[in-house]
Amino acid sequence: MDTLAKPPENVIEISQVVTRFGEQVVHNGIDLAVHRAEIFALIGGSGSGKSTLLREMILLQQPNEGSIRVLGVVLKDISDDAALALRLRWGVLFQHGGLFGSLTVLENVGLPLREHTQLNDKLIDEIAAWKLAMAGLAPKVGAQYPSELSGGMLKRASLARALALDPELLFLDEPTAGLDPTSAAGVDELVLKLRDLFGLTIVMITHDLDLLWQVADRVAVLGEGRVQGVGSMTELSQMKPPAIRQFFDGPRGRAAHEQIEHKN
Amino acid sequence: MQAAAIAQPSPEELVLTGSWTARDIAGIQHPLASIRLAPHTQARADGAGMEALDTAGAWVLHKLLQRLRAEGATVALSGLRPEFAKLLEVVAQHVAEQAGVPALITPPPATVLEHLGHRAADSWEQSLALLSFIGESAIAFAACLTRPARWRWRPILFNIRSAGINALPIVGLLSFLLGVVVSYQGAAQLRQYGANIFVADLVGLSMLREFAPLITAIIIAGRSGSAYAAQIGTMAVTEEIDAMRTIGIAPLELLVLPKVIALLVALPLLIVFADVLGVFGGMVMARSQLDVGFGEFLDRFIKAVSVTSYLVGICKAPVFAVIISMVGCFQGFRTHGGADSVGRQTTRSVVQSIFLVIVADALFSVAFSALDL
Repeated sequence: MDTLAKPPENVIEISQVVTRFGEQVVHNGIDLAVHRAEIFALIGGSGSGKSTLLREMILLQQPNEGSIRVLGVVLKDISDDAALALRLRWGVLFQHGGLFGSLTVLENVGLPLREHTQLNDKLIDEIAAWKLAMAGLAPKVGAQYPSELSGGMLKRASLARALALDPELLFLDEPTAGLDPTSAAGVDELVLKLRDLFGLTIVMITHDLDLLWQVADRVAVLGEGRVQGVGSMTELSQMKPPAIRQFFDGPRGRAAHEQIEHKN
Repeated sequence: MQAAAIAQPSPEELVLTGSWTARDIAGIQHPLASIRLAPHTQARADGAGMEALDTAGAWVLHKLLQRLRAEGATVALSGLRPEFAKLLEVVAQHVAEQAGVPALITPPPATVLEHLGHRAADSWEQSLALLSFIGESAIAFAACLTRPARWRWRPILFNIRSAGINALPIVGLLSFLLGVVVSYQGAAQLRQYGANIFVADLVGLSMLREFAPLITAIIIAGRSGSAYAAQIGTMAVTEEIDAMRTIGIAPLELLVLPKVIALLVALPLLIVFADVLGVFGGMVMARSQLDVGFGEFLDRFIKAVSVTSYLVGICKAPVFAVIISMVGCFQGFRTHGGADSVGRQTTRSVVQSIFLVIVADALFSVAFSALDL
């Protein structure tokens, strides 16, 4: 339990990761570090390997070379017990929610608690209802099935499930994709609130420029199998590589930038 | 880390220790419920020994404090780490917000009678829906008949291959085995009477009239009917069917009619194939068990089995084909929701089409005996 008492400064350390799909090289030597209690965003064009890198961080896939260390644990050749212990310490919000269609929303949120703790059902339901409220959903949503929810509600319900076991680390895959601007702004606030409340470390993949400007502490740009640049959005906006420029030079990039400058 | 614990050294003192997290508070639920404070006590709770607190722990702690306060005691909590105090505050805030919201009313579980009623109503609704689906398909079919240009040949040919040609090995093998079994079972009886040659009558009539059509229809219901339901069901879940409608393609025309037409073509041919293999199986068994050679068997077969018997078997095929394709497609279209529903509808399609095939077969028997065929 020493690892818990004295947490490492870097929650995630990725070094020299190489991933190949057959002939195609997705990652060609990636180095990244995510600090404790920061909101870290991964961006990059389609096919730049963001999702693959995320899947490698959450033990759904193994890189061909290099090492990944999450919460102080090396992921390569990890034992089943260690993998389970690690999985209980993080939460994942999948792009399409990943809620189980045969369970109600409340049951979905309570599932990790039911599976991994000995709490009684009533208590689990109460805690799950609270998590739903925390994610900004009305209590009546709990009784509905995922197929009855709108896209924004699905994301929120899925976030509530990711938070069920009070993770130290939260992975968000496109948290605002497919949401209307109001819901997306709600997600911005929610992510900030969670970090401030629980000191969560948050790693997200996103294309949402507003989310990047307003929420992310640091952003890593992936391109051509490598990390093209890491830094705050303001720092990135000064950098030259074309893979980075595309996020700032398009009309949408400029609009998001101006918006933030008006605010300040 | 120690499990969560609560102690009451004196009537006015509570001491909270250990790790109050979701995984460690399971053992504390009973002790918590048994803690009592006399009304109007000014109690102190010491949280300095608390090592960890997560949302589940905070929730349990808040409920305890709330209950004690509701029972009339005053509890002052001290010594908590600042981040724990903040979390407890968040719980209190949430509970206060929820106080105004009416609790969800969960309906009482349904009684047996209610279940029965729901099931009956569902079945009735489903039968009506199936009828209207058959009607709609018939209209679409009629519309296509008048305009042959709208026939979609590619899906029809594709379905003939997947439901017909690809099913040849399994249909052939099973009907061969069925012929072997019928012949073998009959052999023991026929031998007793020295009526060995009548094995040709037995195998010929039973295979051609009953077994070949039935076994073929059941295999196709399990093989292709389920595939139809799963394919259309998945398309319904992923909004492909809605997309088809908005593009201006009638799903019935593209998804249902080709399957019906393909089965109408393929099933009779499969039954002929099953007839041949089934009789061949019987012949093989007759030779090895009853010493009835192939030549003898076929001589007797031609005399015993009329063309009518052959046609009686074949003429069931179109009815079975329509049942299997209609039920499969119908259950596919009724899918809504998620992956779960696809599985449920697929199961239903197989169960219902096999059920209806056997019912139809029974009705055929009644009809044929009334017609003296």
